[in-house]
Amino acid sequence: MLRGDPARSRRFSLYAIVVLLLVVGLGLSIQRHYAYDVPWIPDREQTVWSIEARIEFVATGGPATVTLRRPSDQARFSILDESGASSGYGLNFLDNDDGKYAQWSVREANGRQYLYYRAEVLQRGAIGEEVIPPAPRLLRQSWEEPYATAVEAVLDRAYALSSDPFTMTRQLISQFRASNREQNEQLLIDEVGERNLPQLIANMLQSRGIAATEVHGLLLDDGRRRQRLKPLLRVWSDDESEVFPMNLAADERGLPLMLWQPTRGFVVEVTGGVRSDLTFSMIRSDTTNYGEVASALGEAQDWLGFSIHSLPIEEQAMFKTILLLPMGALVVCFLRILVGLKTSGTFMPVLIALAFIETTLLTGLIGFLLVVSVGLMIRSYLSHLNLLLVARISAVIITVITIIALFSVFSYEIGLTEGLKITFFPMIILSWTVERMSILWEEEGWREVAVQGGGSLLTAIIAYLAMTNPWVQHLSFNFIGLQFVVLALIIIIGNYNGYRLLELRRFMAVSRETTN
Amino acid sequence: MFASPGKLKALGVVGMNDRNINLIARHNPRKLFPLVDNKLKTKLLAEEHGIPTPGLIAALKTQHDLRRIEEFVDGIAGFAMKPAKGSGGKGILVITKRIDRGFIKASGLLLSTADLARHASNILSGLFSLGGSPDTAVIEELIRPDPIYKELSVEGVPDIRVIVYRGFPIMAMMRLSTRESDGKANLHQGAVGVGLSLLTGRSVNAVQFDRPVYEHPDSGADLTTIEIPDWERLLVLAARCTDASKLGYLGVDVVLDVEKGPMLLELNARPGLAIQIANGHGMGDRIRTIDALPSAAFAESAEERVARLPQLFGESAAVSAR
Repeated sequence: MLRGDPARSRRFSLYAIVVLLLVVGLGLSIQRHYAYDVPWIPDREQTVWSIEARIEFVATGGPATVTLRRPSDQARFSILDESGASSGYGLNFLDNDDGKYAQWSVREANGRQYLYYRAEVLQRGAIGEEVIPPAPRLLRQSWEEPYATAVEAVLDRAYALSSDPFTMTRQLISQFRASNREQNEQLLIDEVGERNLPQLIANMLQSRGIAATEVHGLLLDDGRRRQRLKPLLRVWSDDESEVFPMNLAADERGLPLMLWQPTRGFVVEVTGGVRSDLTFSMIRSDTTNYGEVASALGEAQDWLGFSIHSLPIEEQAMFKTILLLPMGALVVCFLRILVGLKTSGTFMPVLIALAFIETTLLTGLIGFLLVVSVGLMIRSYLSHLNLLLVARISAVIITVITIIALFSVFSYEIGLTEGLKITFFPMIILSWTVERMSILWEEEGWREVAVQGGGSLLTAIIAYLAMTNPWVQHLSFNFIGLQFVVLALIIIIGNYNGYRLLELRRFMAVSRETTN
Repeated sequence: MFASPGKLKALGVVGMNDRNINLIARHNPRKLFPLVDNKLKTKLLAEEHGIPTPGLIAALKTQHDLRRIEEFVDGIAGFAMKPAKGSGGKGILVITKRIDRGFIKASGLLLSTADLARHASNILSGLFSLGGSPDTAVIEELIRPDPIYKELSVEGVPDIRVIVYRGFPIMAMMRLSTRESDGKANLHQGAVGVGLSLLTGRSVNAVQFDRPVYEHPDSGADLTTIEIPDWERLLVLAARCTDASKLGYLGVDVVLDVEKGPMLLELNARPGLAIQIANGHGMGDRIRTIDALPSAAFAESAEERVARLPQLFGESAAVSAR
């Protein structure tokens, strides 16, 4: 509007600051890129699988003990975190010589029972060191006629066409899997069934003094539920061992295969119960690999190499979140100043978005809506009690905590461990949200509550998407200089005096009337 | 769906960001805000400058005062209770009638003395004030609106909002409460905004929820023929509020009392932009006209400034939207 001198000089200094911030920020980032070889894009992603095993059985009324084999670190997988869930059961993680187990026990159990074991598994890009379990003792099985003759004939043929235990195993598998099998192979398959092929081959190999056993593995496929373990064949020779996948469908061949039970033994054992069943569900998430960058930056000593990576790991993890906040603030600035969205509380959406990062989006959304709507109902009753403001907010805080506690216990009881994540929500912020929404409802009606609540949630979701973007995470954590760039952008947005997007809609009446 | 930004600019429509940067930040120094953000202070300031305003019945400052509410309002038929630091019409309770069993709210609801005390208690604890800071509950006389406006406003009192820019009134509208707005005069709550010609005080356009209307949604009263009497006196009152408050971008809310004429209801240091929709016209070009005036013009008296209006806005202010 008025272009007086003071305004012009203020504008000039503002642009000078923006240019300075951009130069410093981009300069620092470019320097870091070339001096320390920090890549601009997160070129290495690591995959983390959340795997949940569910054991279901019918307890017979007395004491019950359930022992489940737990996976160990393998060449392509390492176990990051494990947990178990089960109401009323004692749970112990056993690390025995023959493997790792989870053991649930209870003095008295009746009816259908559900037990959960959950593991966070890192899928490595590079193949790590494989720990080979010792070869199991040989168990010789004798076959009756006519099977004994068939077994000998099949083994003789495979032996002649191979040079060592592994090639012999491969030869056996191909004999059994040939599209038109020989008579002997067909006879054996008809006897034991296609599904038990790994066990059959293991037994046959053992009769020739080769250590072999049936083991079990899990095929990892994103979002799959009610999956079962695949029976596999494992063969030992001297210090080496090889796992042979069998019975894989065409679309299963490319999937990563994790060994759940690496050597002979049981997968799950239930005493005091019948009809047990073990199923798996799994979710894949990709996160940026900070490790490599961190080691390069952590060693930088000069001041330009100033970096979060020189901090201890725990503080780094904290900064990983803190450094994302400016991005959330930028999103809020953009949506409020350029788009014109209304939110309840200026930066409340960013805090909600932070909670979403911990809870994952869907769980977070459901949890947020649940807490706020139940909170609103109880708050509307509280308003009749004629309480002073501070006491009322305190009452709302306690209400919110109670809702969260009830929700956690309830979801845990019905076996939804997802529900426990609701505790990540900032409770004081939620309470103020409930209070503000409630007053808004009383004064301006539900419409305004929907507008502001919807605006807040939309902002929170967009901030969440921005803050969980792997590029954003990589750049904000590894290039501190880019924080100056974000600051410069916020200053530019803060100086925008044009129309907001939603104002173009609001003032449409003015524009339309003058046309007519 | 959307208006073109270029067209809005040509029409002089001021947007929210423009208002915040170029009107409020530039012309309203932060330190002056408490004067208008506190209705009690505004009232005292107005009295000091001889600007007519509804009489103060009581100012409740402590929880202790609440017990004496009945005593304060004894024998008074109608009154309004407001948070001194409230904004956007929040927390205003209008009592239009007193009966044996209690108080009748503008919407017709019956309130007990306890309800009244609860409302006052909410005000004191800062429920309606900015930032939740402790507040004062102001009880003031109810305005008796001119009977000719009776059918224009089903509940509550019709008030007139004048935007005064650097001492010059630049735009005006009448705000009519509706049943939907629960007696409140805020447009975003459903009140009807009637744009008024700055030169004549006649209605030029009317909107509800940003859409044009031609009659009052509750009473059906014709909104196209409204004419405010004593218009010049009202504009002078509005212009004098700038002299008193020193705020360059000021919203002056005036009510017409049947006996006392225009009275200052409250001042607003962050007046909204809906007035442009009510007038069917932007205010940007008028702001530029004022900015182009020689500095001597700003030192003139309120009467002299108002007298300049026909010559300043002769064309644009007479523009009727229809």
